[in-house]
Amino acid sequence: MKRAGFTARWLPILLLMPQLVIIAVFFYWPAAHAVQSSFFLQDPFGFGSTFVGLDNYKDLAGNGEYLSIAWFTVIFTVLVTFLSLSIALLLAVKADNVLRGAKTYRTLLMWVYAVAPPVAGFIGLIMFHQSWGPLTELARSIGWDFKLGVNFNDTATAMVIVSVWKQVPVNFIFFLSGLQSIPKSVREAALIDNRSASGRFWDVTFPLLAPTGFFLLITNITYSLFDTFGVIDTMVKGEPGNNPMTLVYKVYVDGFRGNDLGGSSAQSVVLMVLVLALTVFQFRLVERRIHYT
Amino acid sequence: MAQVSLKNIRKVYPNGAEALTPSSFDIGDGEFVVLVGPSGCGKSTLLRMVAGLEEITEGELTINGRVMNDVDPADRDIAMVFQNYALYPHMSVRKNIAYGLKNRKTPKDVIERKVAEAAAMLNLNEYLDRKPSQLSGGQRQRVAMGRAIVRDPALFLFDEPLSNLDAKLRNQMRIEIKALQRRLGVTSIYVTHDQVEAMTMADRIIVMNAGRIEQIGTPAEIYHRPASTFVASFMGAPPMNLISARLDGGRVMINGDTVLAAAEGSGAVTLGIRPEDVVLGAEGSISFHVDIIEELGAHRLLHGRLADQEFTIHVGKDVEAAPGETRIALKSDAITLFHPETGKAL
Repeated sequence: MKRAGFTARWLPILLLMPQLVIIAVFFYWPAAHAVQSSFFLQDPFGFGSTFVGLDNYKDLAGNGEYLSIAWFTVIFTVLVTFLSLSIALLLAVKADNVLRGAKTYRTLLMWVYAVAPPVAGFIGLIMFHQSWGPLTELARSIGWDFKLGVNFNDTATAMVIVSVWKQVPVNFIFFLSGLQSIPKSVREAALIDNRSASGRFWDVTFPLLAPTGFFLLITNITYSLFDTFGVIDTMVKGEPGNNPMTLVYKVYVDGFRGNDLGGSSAQSVVLMVLVLALTVFQFRLVERRIHYT
Repeated sequence: MAQVSLKNIRKVYPNGAEALTPSSFDIGDGEFVVLVGPSGCGKSTLLRMVAGLEEITEGELTINGRVMNDVDPADRDIAMVFQNYALYPHMSVRKNIAYGLKNRKTPKDVIERKVAEAAAMLNLNEYLDRKPSQLSGGQRQRVAMGRAIVRDPALFLFDEPLSNLDAKLRNQMRIEIKALQRRLGVTSIYVTHDQVEAMTMADRIIVMNAGRIEQIGTPAEIYHRPASTFVASFMGAPPMNLISARLDGGRVMINGDTVLAAAEGSGAVTLGIRPEDVVLGAEGSISFHVDIIEELGAHRLLHGRLADQEFTIHVGKDVEAAPGETRIALKSDAITLFHPETGKAL
C-alpha cells in the first residue's frame, strides 16, 4: 500500500482537531471528573465534599448487593450478546437464501432498529403486562406464572428478551452485508468441494464472516452493558426493589436517586476499567485468529 | 475419465429469458472441448449446468451414463476452475488444495501425498503455507488448478480461467493447462470468449451465439469450414472476409469479375475467404484498393476495399505492398459461400 505523507506538521493535527475536541470534552473530561469524585464523599445537598481516599472502592468490594448486581450483569451481558448474535446470524443466513420478496423480508426485520430503547422497554411492558400481556398469557398457557416486576427471574427474562429483540436487527444488517460480500464463486467452489451445508457454513462462510462477527461482538457487549439502560429503566420504572439491574443502572440509582455521587463515581470508574480490560483482551486474543481479506 | 452427454439441455430463467435453446452434444473420454462465444451467448450457463450450479430447465445430462440432472455438485465427480480462482481466502494453499479431499473422507496420508504431488507438478512447493492473498495471479491460478487435480475428478470444468491474467502469463498458462490435461487425460470442458485460446487448446470447439450452438468441430474444421457467417467472423484474427457476390450460371461474380467457377445455383450469396487465402499480384483477376498497411513483423495486413466493401489481405513480410490500386486473386478451394440472409454455409 502507498503511504501518503503530510508536508506540514500542523495540518494533520488541525484535521484531527474536531474529533480530538469531541473525545476530550465528552469522554476524557467527564472520565477524569468521575475518577476525581470517586475519592470524595459528597454532601447530598451539594454543600462541599470530604476527601475519603479509597473508601468508596472499599465499600464496593465489601458490598454484597453490588457484587450480586455485578454477577447479574455478567450473566445478562453474556445472554444478550450471545442470543442477539446467534439469532441475527441465523436470520441473516436464511434471508441470504431468500430470492423472492427478499427486500420486504429485510425491511420488516430492520424496522425494529428504529425503535428507541425506552419505547422498546414500554412495548416489553405491554407484552409482559401482568394481567393481559400476550406473552404473559403465552407463558401461562404452558404453566409458567409470569410476574413482571415481582418475580426476579421473570423480570430478568423479560429484560433479556426485550434487549435481544432490540439488538437483533442491527446485527442482522451487518451479518447480511457480511454474507453478501463473500464472493459467489467462493461459495460455489465450496459447493463442489463439500456436500454438507453445515460443513460449508462452518468451514467457509463462518470464518469469512469473522471480521463482521468480531466487530459485532464488541459492539454487542457494549450494548448489553450500557445501552440497555433505557429498556431496564422502563421495565423496573425506577423502583428497583427486588428487581434485577445492571451495573450501569446501579450507577444511576446510587448517584441520582441515592445522591451518593462519590460511590456512584467509584462504580463508574470500575465499570470503565472493566470495559477497557475486556476490549483489550478481545483485541489481543480474538482478533489474532481473524482473517481480514 | 468420463464420457459426457447432453441431450436437449435447455435453460430458461424464472423471468422467462431463455439463456440456452435445447442443445445436444457428446464429449468423448479424455477429450478437451472448448465452448467459445461472445459474452452472454450461454456458454457459462451451459458449463454451470454441467457443474450443478444452475438448475437444468429441460433435457438430460449424463456423465459416464449416469443421469446427473438432480445430483448434488459435490457428487458429480467434477472439479471446476473459476475465472477469479475462488480460493478460500482464510485457508493456506495447502488447505485450499486439500479441502475437497478432506470432505471426501480421504485418509490423511493420502491427502498429504496428493497435495505434495500436485504442488510439485505446479511448482507450488514453497508456497504451500501461504495465504492466497500473498500470491500473484498466476500462482493463484495454479492453486486453483491444484485444487482441481488432487481430486482426480472424472471431468474438469474451466470457466474462463485465464481472463484475469496478463497477456504473457496467459500464453504460458494456456500451454501449461493443455499439457497438464494431456498428461492426466481427464475429460475437460473449457469456456472462453478468446478465440485464440479456443483454437490452440481444443480437441473440439463448440461455437455458441445467442443461446444456440452455431457449430461443433475441430479447430481446423471451424477455421476452414465455418458453418455460418457468425463463426466465420468470430474465429480468426483478422476474421474471414465476407463479401456480397452474385451467383450466375455456375459462376460466382464480384463486380462482374468471375472469382469462382463450377458453383451451383443462382442469385445473391455471401462469399467468405480468409485473409491469408488471397494472392497479391498483377496477374490477379480482381482489383483491390489498399488503404492501410498494418506492419506486424512476421507478416503484413493490407486493409482496403474490394468492390466498395471492406476487405483484408494477409501477406508475408517479403511481399512488396503499397497503398493504392492493385490486383488480387482468390484461392478457389478456400472460398466458402453463405446464404445472404440466414448466414448459413451453402
